[in-house]
Amino acid sequence: MTAYIVRRLLYAIPILIGVNLITFALFFIVNTPDDMARIHLGAKHVTAEAIERWKREHGYDKPLFYNGEAAGVARLTDTLFVQKSLRLFVFDFGQADDGRDIGREIRERMWPSLAIALPTLLTGLAVYISFALLLVFFRATYLDLAGVVLCVVLMSISGLFYVIGGQYLLGKLWNLVPISGYQPGLDAVKFLVLPVLVGVVSGIGESTRFYRTLFLEEMHKDYVRTARAKGLAESVVLFRHVLGNAMIPILTGVVVVIPRLFLGSLIVESFFGIPGLGSYTIDAIAAQDFAIVRAMVFLGSVLYILGLLLTDLSYTLVDPRVRLE
Amino acid sequence: MLPFQPVVLWSDALLFLLLAAVLAFVRHVRRNDHLREPWRRVAGSRLGMASAVILAAYALIGLLDSLHYRPQLPIQPGQPVQYAAEVLSVFDALAEPLRTRVEETYSAPFATHLFVKKNLTQDDGRVVRDYPRLKYGGAHLQDPAQRTADIATRALRGAGWGLAAAVLAWGVAVLWLGRRREIGVMAAGRALLHDPALGGVRSALFTLGLLLLATGAVAALAGHYHVLGTDKVGQDVLYLALKSIRTGLLIGTLTTLILLPLALSLGVAAGYFGGRTDDVIQYVYTTLNSIPGVLLIAAAVLVAQVYIESNPELYDTAAARSDLRLVFLCGILGITSWTGLARLLRGETLKLRELEYIQAARAFGVSHLGILGRHILPNVSHLILITLVIDFSGLVLAEAVLSYVGVGVDPVMASWGNMINGARLELAREPVVWWQLAAAFLFMFALVLAANLFADSVRTAFDPRSAGQR
Amino acid sequence: MRAWIVLLTLLLAACGGPLNNPYAPDEAAQNVLFSNFGPDRPKHLDPARSYSENEIVFTGQIYEPPLQYHYLRRPYVLEPLTAAEMPRVRYYDASGRELPSDAPAEAIAYTTYDIRIKPGIRYQPHPCFALDAQGRPRYVPIAPAELERVRRLADFRETGSRELVAADYVYQIKRLANPRLNSPIYGLMSEYIVGLKEYGQRLEAVVKDLPREAYVDLERYPLAGAQVIDRYTYRITIRGKYPQFIYWLAMPFFAPVPPEAERFYSQPGMAERNLTLDWQPVGTGPFYLAENDPNRVMILRRNPHYHDDFYPAEGEPGDAEAGLTRDAGRRLPLLDAAVYTLEKEDIPEWAKFLQGYYDASGITSDTFDQAIRIGPDGRPDLSPEMRARDIRLSTAVRTSIWYVGFNMLDPVVGGTSERARKLRQALSIALDYEEFISIFLNGRGIPAQGPLPPGIFGHREGEAGINPVVYRWQGGRAVRRDLTEARRLLAEAGYPDGREAASGRPLTLFFDTMASGPEAKSRLDWYRKQFAKLGIQLVIRATDYNRFQDKMRKGNAQIFEWGWNADYPDPENFLFLLYGPNRKAGTNGENAANYANPEYDRLFRQMKDMDNGPERQRVIDAMVDILRHDAPWVFAYHPQSYGLRHAWVANVKPNLMANNTLKYRSVEPALRVAYQAHWNRPVWWPLGVMLIVAAAAMVPAVLAYRRRLSATAKDRA
Repeated sequence: MTAYIVRRLLYAIPILIGVNLITFALFFIVNTPDDMARIHLGAKHVTAEAIERWKREHGYDKPLFYNGEAAGVARLTDTLFVQKSLRLFVFDFGQADDGRDIGREIRERMWPSLAIALPTLLTGLAVYISFALLLVFFRATYLDLAGVVLCVVLMSISGLFYVIGGQYLLGKLWNLVPISGYQPGLDAVKFLVLPVLVGVVSGIGESTRFYRTLFLEEMHKDYVRTARAKGLAESVVLFRHVLGNAMIPILTGVVVVIPRLFLGSLIVESFFGIPGLGSYTIDAIAAQDFAIVRAMVFLGSVLYILGLLLTDLSYTLVDPRVRLE
Repeated sequence: MLPFQPVVLWSDALLFLLLAAVLAFVRHVRRNDHLREPWRRVAGSRLGMASAVILAAYALIGLLDSLHYRPQLPIQPGQPVQYAAEVLSVFDALAEPLRTRVEETYSAPFATHLFVKKNLTQDDGRVVRDYPRLKYGGAHLQDPAQRTADIATRALRGAGWGLAAAVLAWGVAVLWLGRRREIGVMAAGRALLHDPALGGVRSALFTLGLLLLATGAVAALAGHYHVLGTDKVGQDVLYLALKSIRTGLLIGTLTTLILLPLALSLGVAAGYFGGRTDDVIQYVYTTLNSIPGVLLIAAAVLVAQVYIESNPELYDTAAARSDLRLVFLCGILGITSWTGLARLLRGETLKLRELEYIQAARAFGVSHLGILGRHILPNVSHLILITLVIDFSGLVLAEAVLSYVGVGVDPVMASWGNMINGARLELAREPVVWWQLAAAFLFMFALVLAANLFADSVRTAFDPRSAGQR
Repeated sequence: MRAWIVLLTLLLAACGGPLNNPYAPDEAAQNVLFSNFGPDRPKHLDPARSYSENEIVFTGQIYEPPLQYHYLRRPYVLEPLTAAEMPRVRYYDASGRELPSDAPAEAIAYTTYDIRIKPGIRYQPHPCFALDAQGRPRYVPIAPAELERVRRLADFRETGSRELVAADYVYQIKRLANPRLNSPIYGLMSEYIVGLKEYGQRLEAVVKDLPREAYVDLERYPLAGAQVIDRYTYRITIRGKYPQFIYWLAMPFFAPVPPEAERFYSQPGMAERNLTLDWQPVGTGPFYLAENDPNRVMILRRNPHYHDDFYPAEGEPGDAEAGLTRDAGRRLPLLDAAVYTLEKEDIPEWAKFLQGYYDASGITSDTFDQAIRIGPDGRPDLSPEMRARDIRLSTAVRTSIWYVGFNMLDPVVGGTSERARKLRQALSIALDYEEFISIFLNGRGIPAQGPLPPGIFGHREGEAGINPVVYRWQGGRAVRRDLTEARRLLAEAGYPDGREAASGRPLTLFFDTMASGPEAKSRLDWYRKQFAKLGIQLVIRATDYNRFQDKMRKGNAQIFEWGWNADYPDPENFLFLLYGPNRKAGTNGENAANYANPEYDRLFRQMKDMDNGPERQRVIDAMVDILRHDAPWVFAYHPQSYGLRHAWVANVKPNLMANNTLKYRSVEPALRVAYQAHWNRPVWWPLGVMLIVAAAAMVPAVLAYRRRLSATAKDRA
């Protein structure tokens, strides 16, 4: 088991190097270090010396991938790519263009992100599974049909409409929640209601339909037939047997997204003015702040790989027949 | 000498390439009975056929909007023939009144007056602040009070034409059925109405009828009113919504054109060859997958911009510039979304590879390409089809979100995402300007709903296991 | 449904006041102003670096330069702030002899400004001033173990203060040359302040080998152009005569910075806690930055050590009637604090203003119709809806200009040829800014007749002030010339009907912009429409900030849109935007159109050093005439700013030059609480209706299920 985890973690290294390569290549096709210096220094009265100095101070005066002036191994190591990405591997993200420490910013912003993403995930799971069970319970009645049609209809609406509609109705017309903003601590609750609600509602169509299919598949299995033959009530079959067995694929499917919850949602956060990592990323893209973009991409990859690992581990926990090699 | 100069944009070329591929596929399917069977099931599905009609209507508009040209300018003596710098499409020509009848700013659907007050100088020189009459919308009315009656008569007349067309369509269907089944016209008519096997055709014709009715009414009105109002700079919202169809369709379909070869070749290769090949391909897609998609897309769109900026002479018309950005966007969407399908294909190929007849074929020395082409590909094609149809609606929705983030299509291009984006500001107005949001919602919703329903019936038809589960 | 109920209960428990209140429940009842900032967070709060409007909002309240603009008087007039009296100005020739104040500008080699500050002014409380029992700095040097526990500035328990001295002002002027700080005005000031350029080069050599955060003791290096005379007096020496220099003394660039602060912040470990002068300013102003979380909120609190400063008693005629002098003689600041919340989008900002959660708001073109009703006389007034909410309006023409520039280096639209000039003139007529102002600004702007906005010396009203190339004077007002005239000019330029006369090829022009987003889209559509009126196709080259700046720098743009905000109320600050040696391409100046006209440049040099008067007006008129004829810009408009505020906010008078106006503002908290409660009654019935509908939808299903159960039961039986 431990050996397996170690090997998987080692396997992550080439992936992360690849990710960094792609980020660097894409970013520097678009921007030269000179551009970055200009953005940092502002538009008015920028001299060539100031740009050179900025590049030197921030370590952007080296060649990107190959340093012809250095000797030996340094040709490859004394480059922008190696110097900048090595520090990422020890989670030293450096400073953003505005001089703020990225690592500190990430640690601060991760909590608002989590405060939205986690309730959204949990409430979402509860709601979707309840709805799906409801539809399965009433299967082959008009309620099931109507439910499925409603799901498809809900699926066909762009998520943006839910956000716009939610802010308009709950925030503006009915005065029930603040339209946007955030406060730390317990006060956060009133700010989280709307984003979480929007997050849950926008997923209803697709997820309910998916879980319904999952449950129906389970219903056709032998053990359900056996249970029914024993004369168990429909509700008992559904809640005790079907739900219990279907939870395994549901939960293992959820595990993969858990680490990425920290990154937050790009759209929801910027619409609702939540100071999380999602809006941090969006702002960084808009401002072309490479240090932040690089850090967020790296972090995203790490968390994704972590999610994959957790998924594999959860399989073994759930099903002893699966063995990790 | 043509009175116009045809223009083929990159996206047009790709779209027609895609169309050719689809037609070739259709031909191929028609020749093979076992391939036709699932499609027959689709044709029998009522919801499937109704949504297919809607999709076809969208596709028709999209295709008409993809035939581009530059009209000839009036010839002046002693000068060579010159063409306008503006690129138009056949659809623009058909919808000429919609395109050219631009008001000053907002006006509500069917309005005769502008939505905002302006200072008006009256005959006696006094300045009053009031809603001015529109330049085009309802301009034929002497008295705005006649509006309701006028709208009703025009709508009814238009709907009448639509009805006539619908009746014609039913007639053609009856004749076709009669010839096919070699029965009389009356018998064919009865069959079309009652035969359960023809449920799909019936619902298609019914949808077509409704569509024609609505089109007739709208077409009759659109020449005299702004059916869906006008936007901030006075452009007809109906025209914008219709122009957005092409953008939505392209995003949904061109992406497949890029995604399919990648996913197919890499996914199947990884599953079939295994070993090192599998390792490398898995490495590539885990790496790509682990980069948050929006970041990748944002970077690629920026690259596209830089490319356009550094080669301005290639993209001198506005259409060419926004078109290239669109193609780039489709490309990067393709690159970020091929991994899902590839993984699916890899798994399926892994299973197929171990089957006895493929092992046997290999033992007999059939080449790898032969096995892949003859045995593997046909057996995974249903997976590809289902995934593509399902992906389509997701991509149309993604466009709107990307435009919000600012990395979507060109901001001057008509697209639902751009419309929704603009409409967000309008919702804050009082009184609310709702028609642009409503129009984008309606057109987008209809397309995505139809695509979802069609995807369902395709899946049911090709994957019998899921039958009845929808 | 369950989730709903749980959340709503939590909600009710969490707050007592209105449900949608974005602040803590009791905050509204305090003597605090609620405002917002955004969409971008301020990047620099260091007075040597900050130049953006969204930064000055804060630095203006925290740092005090020697001078300020009078809050109420118009035209804008400077008065002493920390200075005891206005600076004493003396002129010298090259040999160091003093000259009389009316000496010709050519004869003046140096000008000195002697500034005496008031004694007894104290800095805000700050840990950098804290002293231990022996009188040594408490936190310099700081033990790593002690710093370990610090996360925010407030975690330093001990603070101190000290008296403001002239040396702090000199220290800040030296900081402008610090290469680490990249001050945006270093380039400009090194042209004027004696020795500043050499000082910068010297520091460059000093800091080269030091680590990035290392402290550089600027007091060890003297600067010839800025010297301490005595404890409360210092002298600035500039080259030649530069009458506009006095205006710079009212900007935070020339505010005092205590060396202790820089030494404190330069210690290892501070920067990684975001403890830098750029984020945690230290000043003598009426407020200090108590909380700085640029991701969410920034809070200014009253500086307990603030010096004597009183609300002005007299202003313009009409100010007393408007209630602006009611607080005359009261000690400033009037507020205890100001809370600025980050707001990225217009819509929530506007909605929160209407709900009473922001005390003031601007108006966007989308909220205009709701807020403003134009009266029959064309004057703006509040709409009945706003009146019902007791909202107040104040308007002012901003000292800014927006223009569409032609790149004079471009082969098609640029150059001094007759052909290009006529093309530019034709476009100047065709771009109908009356329509633009009515669509996009709802009339909140006036069409520009030249580069100078109203309120700046040299601007002319009425018939004498119109741009004869674009306008006619008719019936007592300026009327835009007819499109036929534009077409005629276009034909004379060689493009009849927008097509090249020789080949018949249609004329295509390029519009470079970095605008994106929905608002930009309709604006760009509008531009296309305007060019199409002349049969010209306009291609929009939209690009990102970097690319756009790059193009402008290289002079590769063709037509672009740009604006300028006055730094100070002097015509020089606008006319230098078209001064030839100041061009963008090559020299990276502010002349974005790269316009160069020898006659104009000559007049500019003459005008620059003159005092306001008929003679100067004559030179300015001649310069403006040249510009109108050459048309390097389409003079677009001068925006008007419309500000709304609630009934509980008082002492608001738009002052476009002063940036320290927060200290005059006052609020009436009790009124605010009452209005907020009244406007934000929750509406519950839609939720009730939803619940009922959901329940109703369930009933038949349950019935059907029951029926099925009994049917199976019968089958079994």
